[in-house]
Amino acid sequence: MEAFKTFTGIVAPIDRSNVDTDAIIPKQYLKSIKRSGFGPNLFDDWRYLEQGDPINENESRAINPDFILNQTPYDKAEILLARENFGCGSSREHAVWALEDFGIKVVLAPSFGDIFYSNSFKNGFLPIRLTEDEINGLFVSVEAQKGFKVTVNLEEQVVETEDGTKFKFDIAAGLKDRLVKGLDDIDLTLADADKIRGYEKNRAEITPWLFQGI
Amino acid sequence: MTVKTLYDKLWDDHVVHDYGDGTALIYIDRHLIHEVTSPQAFEGLKLAGRQPWRLNTNLAVPDHNVPTVNREVIEDPISKLQLETLDANCKETGITKFEMMDPRQGIVHVIGPEQGASLPGMTIVCGDSHTSTNGALGALAFGIGTSEVEHVLATQSLVLKKAKNMLVNVNGQVGNGITAKDIVLEIIGEIGTAGGTGYSIEFGGDAIRALSMEGRMTICNMSIEAGARVGLIAVDQTTLDYVKGRPYSPKGDEWEQAITLWKDLKSDKNAPFDKVIEIDATKIEPQVTWGTSPEMVVSVNDVVPNPADIEDATKREGIENALRYMNLVPGTAMTAIKVDKVFIGSCTNSRIEDLRAAASVVKGKKVSSDITLAMVVPGSGLVKQQAEAEGLSDIFIESGFEWREPGCSMCLGMNPDQLEPGERCASTSNRNFEGRQGQGGRTHLVSPSMAAAAAIAGHFVDIRDL
Repeated sequence: MEAFKTFTGIVAPIDRSNVDTDAIIPKQYLKSIKRSGFGPNLFDDWRYLEQGDPINENESRAINPDFILNQTPYDKAEILLARENFGCGSSREHAVWALEDFGIKVVLAPSFGDIFYSNSFKNGFLPIRLTEDEINGLFVSVEAQKGFKVTVNLEEQVVETEDGTKFKFDIAAGLKDRLVKGLDDIDLTLADADKIRGYEKNRAEITPWLFQGI
Repeated sequence: MTVKTLYDKLWDDHVVHDYGDGTALIYIDRHLIHEVTSPQAFEGLKLAGRQPWRLNTNLAVPDHNVPTVNREVIEDPISKLQLETLDANCKETGITKFEMMDPRQGIVHVIGPEQGASLPGMTIVCGDSHTSTNGALGALAFGIGTSEVEHVLATQSLVLKKAKNMLVNVNGQVGNGITAKDIVLEIIGEIGTAGGTGYSIEFGGDAIRALSMEGRMTICNMSIEAGARVGLIAVDQTTLDYVKGRPYSPKGDEWEQAITLWKDLKSDKNAPFDKVIEIDATKIEPQVTWGTSPEMVVSVNDVVPNPADIEDATKREGIENALRYMNLVPGTAMTAIKVDKVFIGSCTNSRIEDLRAAASVVKGKKVSSDITLAMVVPGSGLVKQQAEAEGLSDIFIESGFEWREPGCSMCLGMNPDQLEPGERCASTSNRNFEGRQGQGGRTHLVSPSMAAAAAIAGHFVDIRDL
């Protein structure tokens, strides 16, 4: 996994609460057996005026000019500004893959769906929780200035606007460390392989039926 | 001794290593696998040159893409490839898989408990958010993403942050005609779709204790719709009676040993919960969702809400968006809403009890001529067999329902079962999101008996009036 580096990017507002993962990437695209190529179908139902499917090309489909990510400069956005409970619903990691494939690296929201939140970190993608007031303020700023940018500094745990306003955010130490260093989760766990074996040995005595297997 | 919640007990029993920052390495006892969220995990495992840590904890089944009519031909080449990929990955690794034609095949969250592959006291994961269903057994069960699927395959464990504890007490008993689905929709309406975010929810109280295991699974299934990854119900005699004698359940001495441990799978008296919600079961009415989030729900005797009554701007716009999408006018009686299609199925409501409830409503009656399709999709091949043996399938077919093969079907329409744009559906599934059952489709979530009644009437009706 690539390490997460400080960057400055355009913020695109998605002004709805409870944006679910079905909206982020509709089910017909989950049939892919790959991890890449989901970007053109990010927010598919909102982005296009015509129905899409995974077989036909997206280029021929009429786009919805009113949708923010179809507008310049937001088609180059690297940060989404969202409302509460972003990424709720289905566990599909394809939602994170679609956001990343489009070029989004960070989502700012008051809260996230739990599974979406944990999926993000497996992909070097950063969901940042800010307070509702801070998010409201950012929506005002984004509305006032087209192409509004912020800088995301994970090491300092700060989101900074161009006028120098700083928003501190919380993140679990372990999650931050993995993202900053770009560490592989499985490698880290396998370093504790002996502990897992020890646990299994102990458990097999207490609950042998769990080791009968299928 | 410290008093613990059920969640705390299950968590503590599975800690391999505590990292000391609120996260721990948690051992996983059972890993259920389906075709949609696993291909990239198997690919990652292979690319890294890793082997599954413990083969015999895994059980795979195809469910999302499977056709419910003719299983000989899978017309969509991309669905076909995904199903073949699961097949190839299981063959290559040696993971047990129920084939599509196997009577044990079905929706992953239905077959786990049905086979005894999901047991009390276990940690159970699957790349699917409705894994919470299995929490009805007193197991710590939750949905994971594909990277976590790979992590479990490779290490039989996951690094997790401990959730907070919420208790939802459903006090008293529900009235006639009120089901587990109405209870859980009422709860979601009460706490909201993000109300359980960051929590594990334990469901308790008289009304929960009175439910069958099928009903309890319906409740835990939808805990994710309240934002909680984990839903739990304490083990009692109902649990033990359900688990006993299933193919993968412990037998003989091990059964005795198991039930001794399982009887402690409940929250201790005075265990500390971070949040407690009290619900009065006696006041719960048949529920129908009107919007595009499961929290947008009212009693069938209520009306479509008016956004003008809402002060909060974001909430108001949310309701306006939902009403636009659903093509509904504020103030419309829920019973005046006509439906085009009826879907009885999904991991929420496709078990034998659900089918019995629906069949008892439609028996001797005909599906309304206004309904273009009414279908029943059993949760597994075994549920289907049992329903056929009990004569339920004949009741449905005579009434005008289609009787299908098991799978996820129109809950999310990854197979050919989908709504057309603008179609309105009374559905026993779990999500009424925009486009969930087909692009432009409009979903109203209801219980199986309410869906059956809507099929007969052509619009929503109060099941208690029949």
